[in-house]
Amino acid sequence: MLAPSPTLDATTTTGGFLLVLSIVVPVAGILLAFVLGDRYVRLVAFAVIPIGSAIAVAILVALPQGNGPLVYLLGDWPPPLGIALRADGLSAVMLAAAAAVICAVAVFAAADFSPATTETRAPFVFWILLLAIWGALNTIFLGGDLFTLYVALELLTFAAVPLVSLEGRAETLRAAMRYLLFALLGSVLYLLGTALLYGLHGTLDIVLLSRRVSLEPAALVAAALMTTGLLAKTALFPLHLWLPPAHAGAPSAASAILSGLVVKGSFFIVVRLWFNVMPGLPGFAAAQLIAALGGAAIVFGSVVALRQERLKLLIAYSTLAQIGYLFLMFPLAFGASGRLESGDALAGGLLQAVSHATAKAAMFLAAGSIYATLGQDRIPGLGGAGRMVPISVLAFALSGLALMGLPPGGAYLAKELLLQAAAEQGQWWWAVLLQAGGIFTGAYVLLVLTYAMAPADRQTTLGRAAPRMGEMAALALALCSLLLGLMPWGAYLSIPHGDASDKFDLATISKALAPLLGGTVVAILLGRWEPPLGYPSRWTALLVAVGPVRRAALALSALVERGDKVLRWWPTACICLLSLAALFAASMRVAF
Amino acid sequence: MSAVTVFGLCAAAAVGLGLYGLITNPQPLRKIIAFNLLGSGVFLLFGVVGRRGAAASIGNDPVPQALVITGVVVAFSATALAIALVLRLFQKAGSTTLSDDAPPGADPSLPGG
Repeated sequence: MLAPSPTLDATTTTGGFLLVLSIVVPVAGILLAFVLGDRYVRLVAFAVIPIGSAIAVAILVALPQGNGPLVYLLGDWPPPLGIALRADGLSAVMLAAAAAVICAVAVFAAADFSPATTETRAPFVFWILLLAIWGALNTIFLGGDLFTLYVALELLTFAAVPLVSLEGRAETLRAAMRYLLFALLGSVLYLLGTALLYGLHGTLDIVLLSRRVSLEPAALVAAALMTTGLLAKTALFPLHLWLPPAHAGAPSAASAILSGLVVKGSFFIVVRLWFNVMPGLPGFAAAQLIAALGGAAIVFGSVVALRQERLKLLIAYSTLAQIGYLFLMFPLAFGASGRLESGDALAGGLLQAVSHATAKAAMFLAAGSIYATLGQDRIPGLGGAGRMVPISVLAFALSGLALMGLPPGGAYLAKELLLQAAAEQGQWWWAVLLQAGGIFTGAYVLLVLTYAMAPADRQTTLGRAAPRMGEMAALALALCSLLLGLMPWGAYLSIPHGDASDKFDLATISKALAPLLGGTVVAILLGRWEPPLGYPSRWTALLVAVGPVRRAALALSALVERGDKVLRWWPTACICLLSLAALFAASMRVAF
Repeated sequence: MSAVTVFGLCAAAAVGLGLYGLITNPQPLRKIIAFNLLGSGVFLLFGVVGRRGAAASIGNDPVPQALVITGVVVAFSATALAIALVLRLFQKAGSTTLSDDAPPGADPSLPGG
């Protein structure tokens, strides 16, 4: 990774204007769409998206050529008086991932949200919100100042909430409302932390702050408040009350954006906060706590996902589990000095975020095509999907494989990096959870595919045929995620040399099969099985044979599901939020 | 007790009251008002921070004021969006309860939002 160098930081670097453009272009698109009105909104979006993607690619190309991050000082005022935009390796990678997902979703949505299809304002609003989310995300990835990040985070929420309720049904409005209120609570906590930090150090610029932050009680409280607020927005277990209904209720194109990109925004700020602003502050105990929440999210989210009846809810709960996966990197990133270091653990975490963004968006898009064609998304009713929408089922399978961490996926490389870091640190318990995450993912992907490949139990096509372009977009995104491991990451993230090339020998392939085999076992034990018609009786015989074990496992998972209901109750979630803030403050204190 | 301490305590009280309201009130409208109270507490804290900077060197640190104005704009838009959602929800469902499993038209004063 490129370390921020103090001398280069005070001036605008060559190529710095690209950073401003990447924020200005989507915003200009929004304004233009408002001026031109309903009929041209899609045209505007399709003009803006290629330009924005080109800018992201240009940043990706320009970054390794300079030494140090790209910097742009707004109005040429250096911090602390002015505001800087900075792009380091992390920003560049996330910008590119956001551009890729936005492109695929735009292609998918071109048919769904064409201006002529409906008489509502939904298409107009969708394209505007898509561009707004893009602008807000780019600001988050580039913002060099904690308050700029706050404003960008709020913009992101304000763009994401209406996406949830785009269909205007009462339950989606309710989901949007809960999302908005809980996100607001989170952002107020973040703002409170910002106020405390400004009071202590008189600046909010990330680079300046990183030199001034010291171990004071107020700084610890600020760090705890900001972290907890961001976790509420990221929906890390147990602060996930808003996520499943919001992500499952939105239209598929919107779900892809919400699940793939929006939660990554607040996750990225947590990374900035812990690695760039205060690498010395969150001690060992706090890092163990945040990763323990991540581990709980993996187990909890996966078990509940296996019990869902609707495909989109299953994917939403799988997002919950995958968010937990992202937080496992924090305790593995500690250097010898007791500070968080931008080593292979951070690279693994970021890669995981990127591959999840692409794979999960692809999965939601594929589910959207399946839903549109079958007219419903009950998992036991998916029979025949393999014949009717083969491309979408293939896209679903490929994105599932990518999420499981099969080579050469980005998640595979991420898992290898994290496992390596866990071995170096001697923290074997995180290695166990890393493997468990892959196995659980394998379980629910296999569960869905088994039903989707089953023969149809009825001769009806209730929905309309899914547009071919949309299916191809999902497939392209899934392939992109599956090939991420082959990209040259070295210029942007600190990945040990040689790690990216040698991974097609027999040992890795056998290692890759482990999540599949383990997933099969877990799926048989914990999955919802209403044996579809047309399956051989051997299948039923197997279910009978493992009967007692399965009954016990199901009783346990029913208990977990009931726990989920309790945790998603508003007062419980709020009390969890406050106790987490207190716990973080206490655990950051403990380490010193 | 100096003015800064008094204002600091007021900010803490506003934050505490806002948090309590946001957690315990089941109705969305009251939650929105509680959020605004919570936000005002944080803005007051920014004011205190600016005032403390004044004691050190400069007349009155202007940066927190700029931050507060931005924050007020953000809180205002958040409130507008939330109210719009509540209105729409009321039109659609006839009640504004946030609980998932409540039947349409159920008593909005029930807890569980």
